[in-house]
Amino acid sequence: MIREREYIYDINGYSLHIVPTKKFKTIHLVAKFKAPLNREDITKRALIPYLLVQGTIHYPTRKDLEEKLDDLYGSVLTADSSKKGNEHIISVRFDMANEKFVKSNTLFQDALRLFSEIIFKPHINNGAFPTKIFQREKMTLKRKIEAVVDDKMTYANMRLIEEMCANERYRMPAHGFGEDLDGLTSQSVYQYYQEMLSKDGLDLYVVGDVEQDDIVELFSNHLKREIFKSNHIDKDIEEQIITRDKEKMIVEYQDIQQAKLHMGYRTSLTFRDKLYPALHVFNGLFGAFPSSKLFINVREKNSLAYYAASRIESHKGLLFVFSGIAPEDYTAAKVIIDEQLKAMQAGDFTENDIQKTKELIINQIKETFDHPQGIIELLYQQVVGKADLSPQNLLEAIRQVTKQDIIRVAQAIQLDTVYLLTKEGVEIDA
Amino acid sequence: MRKQYYSLIDETLYSAKLENGLSVYLLPRADMSKAYGIFTTNYGSIDRTFIPIEQKEKITVPDGVAHFLEHKLFEKEDRDVFTDFSNYGASVNAYTSFSKTAYLFSATNQIEKNVEILLDFVQDPYFSDASVEKEKGIIAQEIKMYDDQPNWRSFMGTIQALFHSHPITIDIAGTVESISSITKEDLYTCYNTFYHPENMILFIAGRFDVEDMFDLIQQNQAKKTFPTFTAIAQEYPDEPQYVKIKEKVINMPVSVPKCTVGIKESTQRLKGEAFLKKDLLKTMLLEHYFAQGGDCFEMLYDAQLIDDSFSFQSTLDKNYGYSLISSNTENPELFAQKVTECLMSLQKQNMTEEAIERMKRKKIGQLLRSMNSLEYIANNYIHYTLQGIDFFKMIPAIQAISRDDIDHFLQNWITEERLAVCTIMPQ
Repeated sequence: MIREREYIYDINGYSLHIVPTKKFKTIHLVAKFKAPLNREDITKRALIPYLLVQGTIHYPTRKDLEEKLDDLYGSVLTADSSKKGNEHIISVRFDMANEKFVKSNTLFQDALRLFSEIIFKPHINNGAFPTKIFQREKMTLKRKIEAVVDDKMTYANMRLIEEMCANERYRMPAHGFGEDLDGLTSQSVYQYYQEMLSKDGLDLYVVGDVEQDDIVELFSNHLKREIFKSNHIDKDIEEQIITRDKEKMIVEYQDIQQAKLHMGYRTSLTFRDKLYPALHVFNGLFGAFPSSKLFINVREKNSLAYYAASRIESHKGLLFVFSGIAPEDYTAAKVIIDEQLKAMQAGDFTENDIQKTKELIINQIKETFDHPQGIIELLYQQVVGKADLSPQNLLEAIRQVTKQDIIRVAQAIQLDTVYLLTKEGVEIDA
Repeated sequence: MRKQYYSLIDETLYSAKLENGLSVYLLPRADMSKAYGIFTTNYGSIDRTFIPIEQKEKITVPDGVAHFLEHKLFEKEDRDVFTDFSNYGASVNAYTSFSKTAYLFSATNQIEKNVEILLDFVQDPYFSDASVEKEKGIIAQEIKMYDDQPNWRSFMGTIQALFHSHPITIDIAGTVESISSITKEDLYTCYNTFYHPENMILFIAGRFDVEDMFDLIQQNQAKKTFPTFTAIAQEYPDEPQYVKIKEKVINMPVSVPKCTVGIKESTQRLKGEAFLKKDLLKTMLLEHYFAQGGDCFEMLYDAQLIDDSFSFQSTLDKNYGYSLISSNTENPELFAQKVTECLMSLQKQNMTEEAIERMKRKKIGQLLRSMNSLEYIANNYIHYTLQGIDFFKMIPAIQAISRDDIDHFLQNWITEERLAVCTIMPQ
């Protein structure tokens, strides 16, 4: 059972989520800004988390800010952007030692003030982020985007999604587009930042050994969103439904030793669906664990790959299969992967397999609750999914999943795109 | 069983050395949902030349045996150990490093059963010619996957520039060629020598009952017999203080060059306080100067020589130590030059009292944060205990660091002959 409870308060223009727990020696604060993926804004949004950690009104340089963080017992500040379904999310994370281990009684309050400043009061010059910092961060992001090609697994994932969702918002990478960067000015990004402050959905999380009444009071006094429209945007993001008669096949060549065979499927199931828990169990049987069909058949029985696994995307309804194979084994690996999905659709798994898989998934969810950021990410699923399905309820729903549910899930899954990154000179019969 | 309470971090640790020599540590944490168990042998890829147990002649085994053995322990005559664990809701993994091989699981229920599976599978090897042959294909894929990773190539490249003949210059997994000569006899020889309980540590952390757990472990071990342990005679080549190659270049298909400056920290066996001081001071000082906001970091950043791939790491172990400072950079030559200058200038640094206090606070905060993770605690406890250090007494050790300690360390830390540069260049 998951013993932690989440308490939610709507105050000061945001939702405050408090999760008291004695598991950790630290206290964690996270702010999450959320807006629909949008081609115009995505690169600005990707840049903002980098800019926010460069300095605040009272600690204008990064050096000032880092020294302050060190004084606060090595508090850690990070910020990043990501996407979930059709939404782009900016997360600012701040964590600090619990006061009781460092014999301080002002640490939390000092940290909260600083956190508020980082989000709402960055270092600004003449209505813009300081030019030098802005140029530098632009360069950093540009290099980050360019470096994706050197990490073959990440690159193959990104390319698969670009091809598979070519006509959907989801194609946009969370880190934005390199070609947009030159056109961005410090003024335009600052203006967008103001817009984001007033329009985005904002959720704040506090996890640690805290008293919720104290937290509500401290946040009420020290962290205020000054201008905001409404924090509850319930409208769904419109999107056309893509279907294909025959799968799309993309082959690319690079000078590499190991080929990457990545495949994208449509599940047409999201966090809100009744069959969502069954999708988890499907994925567990199919490819999430070393005991899953993919690992056993692609790697163990046929020695074709070092890794072979599947992962679900919970908010758009996608499923991905990843494998690293010898370039000449493409056809053999593809056939075996296809066979595993057919076996799932035909119900080729036992009640015992189901039971074991459920235990593994439940184990995994419970374990996620032993990590502060894991707790926050799992709880935030409900905000993005716009549905009440607490992790505890998800666990119970997983226990109720039947073999019929899993077969229904499997039969609805359709292969959409096959992406192969391989080396020149190897024959492909696609 | 010995019980010790550490008030500064609010942890209670139980420990015992069993009759067969196995060291057992239990750290109960009733508030966590899971338990984590790790069974480690003090044997890694660098332990390649030794006298096998109950023999007289020294041998050198093929490169990659320790890692190969780790893979093969999961396969039994009739089944795969992954399935044993998944039958009890646990996830299992293993790793081989330069100095250790470890088998680990985590689970949220049936912890005792899973501990039993862990002990039994590691202590009951089954190697056959056929299964050894089959594994060669899988490990070859793993080696090739690493060969495509610029980070890994740059890491190994730097180590190979720093060290002359120390076996950490050899890839942990070996090469496609070296693993092709591995036989099941090699595996048994290494297994019998290094997997004796006397050479191993079991650490369980998380949600479980201490008394029941200890009884189970004791009974499990009492049922098994092992030969008498004699200290393992091992041999490592003599390693000079100075680096092997000052500048090394590797060409591979990358879009941006990657440059690493390495510091050869140690070539000898340090123990106890000497180890701890060196270990703490070099990591704290690297953090102080090279983390965001640090003088060296800011200089590199302002000169646009680094991006967010910039990182640094530091290791001190058995008889080696190194620190690496690395980044993707358009100008690797200037990056290396500036990092070197910054390191060389530290000798003359006179840190303020505020800076020293800040440095200590940061380290204490980091330590508390990392203790949120049962994995981190168990892995680090084992690592330090093998060096004769109590990991749970780290905070007082940090507080006790004096200005003299820092000044003395800074004066001797960096010398040019112990610095090397490795660059990954686009083809």
